[in-house]
Amino acid sequence: MDNVIIQTRRLNLYYGTFHALTDIDMDIEQRKITALIGPSGCGKSTLVRVFNRMNDLIDGVHVTGDVRVHGEEIFRPDVDLIDLRKRVGMVFQRPNPFPLSVAENITFGLQIHRSRARKEFPDVVEEALRSVLLWDDLKDRLKASALSISLEQQQRLCIARVLTMKPEIILMDEPCSALDPIATLRIEELMRELKKEYTIVIVTHNMQQAARVSDYTAFLYLGEVVEFGETKQIFTAPQQQRTEEYITGRFG
Amino acid sequence: MNLRKIREAVIERGIFVSGITSIIIVLLIFVFLLKEGLSIFLSVNPLDFLFGEFWYPISEPPQFGVLPLIIGSLFVTLGAAVISVPIGVASALYIAEIAPPRTKETLKAGIELLAAIPSVVIGFIGMVTLGPWIKELFGLSTGLTALTGSITLAFMAMPTIVSIAEDAVTAVPRQYREAAVAMGATKWQTTWRIVAFAARPGMFAAIMLGIGRVIGETMAVMMVTGNAALIPHSILQPVRTLTATIAAEMGESVQGGEHYAALFAIGIVLFVITFLINGVADWYLHRTTGK
Repeated sequence: MDNVIIQTRRLNLYYGTFHALTDIDMDIEQRKITALIGPSGCGKSTLVRVFNRMNDLIDGVHVTGDVRVHGEEIFRPDVDLIDLRKRVGMVFQRPNPFPLSVAENITFGLQIHRSRARKEFPDVVEEALRSVLLWDDLKDRLKASALSISLEQQQRLCIARVLTMKPEIILMDEPCSALDPIATLRIEELMRELKKEYTIVIVTHNMQQAARVSDYTAFLYLGEVVEFGETKQIFTAPQQQRTEEYITGRFG
Repeated sequence: MNLRKIREAVIERGIFVSGITSIIIVLLIFVFLLKEGLSIFLSVNPLDFLFGEFWYPISEPPQFGVLPLIIGSLFVTLGAAVISVPIGVASALYIAEIAPPRTKETLKAGIELLAAIPSVVIGFIGMVTLGPWIKELFGLSTGLTALTGSITLAFMAMPTIVSIAEDAVTAVPRQYREAAVAMGATKWQTTWRIVAFAARPGMFAAIMLGIGRVIGETMAVMMVTGNAALIPHSILQPVRTLTATIAAEMGESVQGGEHYAALFAIGIVLFVITFLINGVADWYLHRTTGK
């Protein structure tokens, strides 16, 4: 499969002695939206944080097995984490713009990576804001604090901020859980737009969202992938009894 | 039912009274200072008082010019700020962001201990170790200089700056750090560009409190600055601060006399300076945190 961008083989993750992920084998396809669903504590957030190694920030995390992003093993000791995180961007559950201005939020990535000249910044800001459909709303408020705009706008800004780094993959950890239903639908719309250029992995506890937006869905339970396949198949003809019980709301 | 209402009212009043007590006390102090100090301006022109270059309170006729004292306080305070602010902010960042847990606990305990040392002890150490050392190093006739005072006071400002700045840094939400790290920022970029930036109102408060402590400090500064009431031309000369002047001379002035009033007028000057610093700090905080 040439289209596979993230591949895990016998991935196990432990928080100290707690076995959080067990033997995860997944192939995530390029320019598709893959949803990770499952009840709270099933390991879906942990799994998505493996792909940009954000779990490194937690003490006592131990990972075994093989995880490749674009064919490159990401847990080798000589991996450049900064480069990895440029290629694998992340959007968090609660919108977390920096306490800077709207424009500075967008240019933060460019500044730390020195990837563009300062005189190009205004263009980058405009382009980034346009791609998340914020330009018209915010073009007169570029200098306003990013904390003063609405939650939905903040989350869009966080997505725009990631886009400026030209990542290959965008990880989204329950990106809509702090938003109202209308804002949620609009962010989903944006995700469909973004998948033309980016691979998206989204964690969600909202099954309708997974069904609406994703191409592939993985159902995790107690740290294992119970079932992984095309979203349509998972939601209409699940192969595993647990999957069926979960998506029909019998537990979770 | 009615009893409950009365209870509420009593509590409310009680809290209100406690709340305004501190304001009343400050006002009373200020009124007292004015009452005791203003009489000096009957015999001395306020401008001559503020900008007079000579402080000879017991010569005949006496001269009451506090400019040397103001400059002395300024020298010592600025020097202490230049030393303690960078070190204090850096150690706050180190303790809050970088130090492993055990180092962190040790450092915090050490800094609290530093704050607990009585100022006279710090002054004593400054006098017998730092003074001679500075004398030797710069080849001076005396080691009791503005620089000695600055270094000594820097040690006294540091605990305040570090502990309050550290609280401010620790209070920065974890999401900011996560967002920066997830964008590929290095530890230093995250710490400096995001965490320190987000914590700057708190850091500013920490610095102002530290400087406030330095301006008001009397004992240590009296012991190490040499106490010559002359306008200094470098930080390697002895100076005398406003506070040290009051402490040193109050005992030998006649109550109700001119000298006595002049010392209270120095108190007014100190009060106004601290008031201005607080005002500027407040204005700055409201401007940056905004809205």
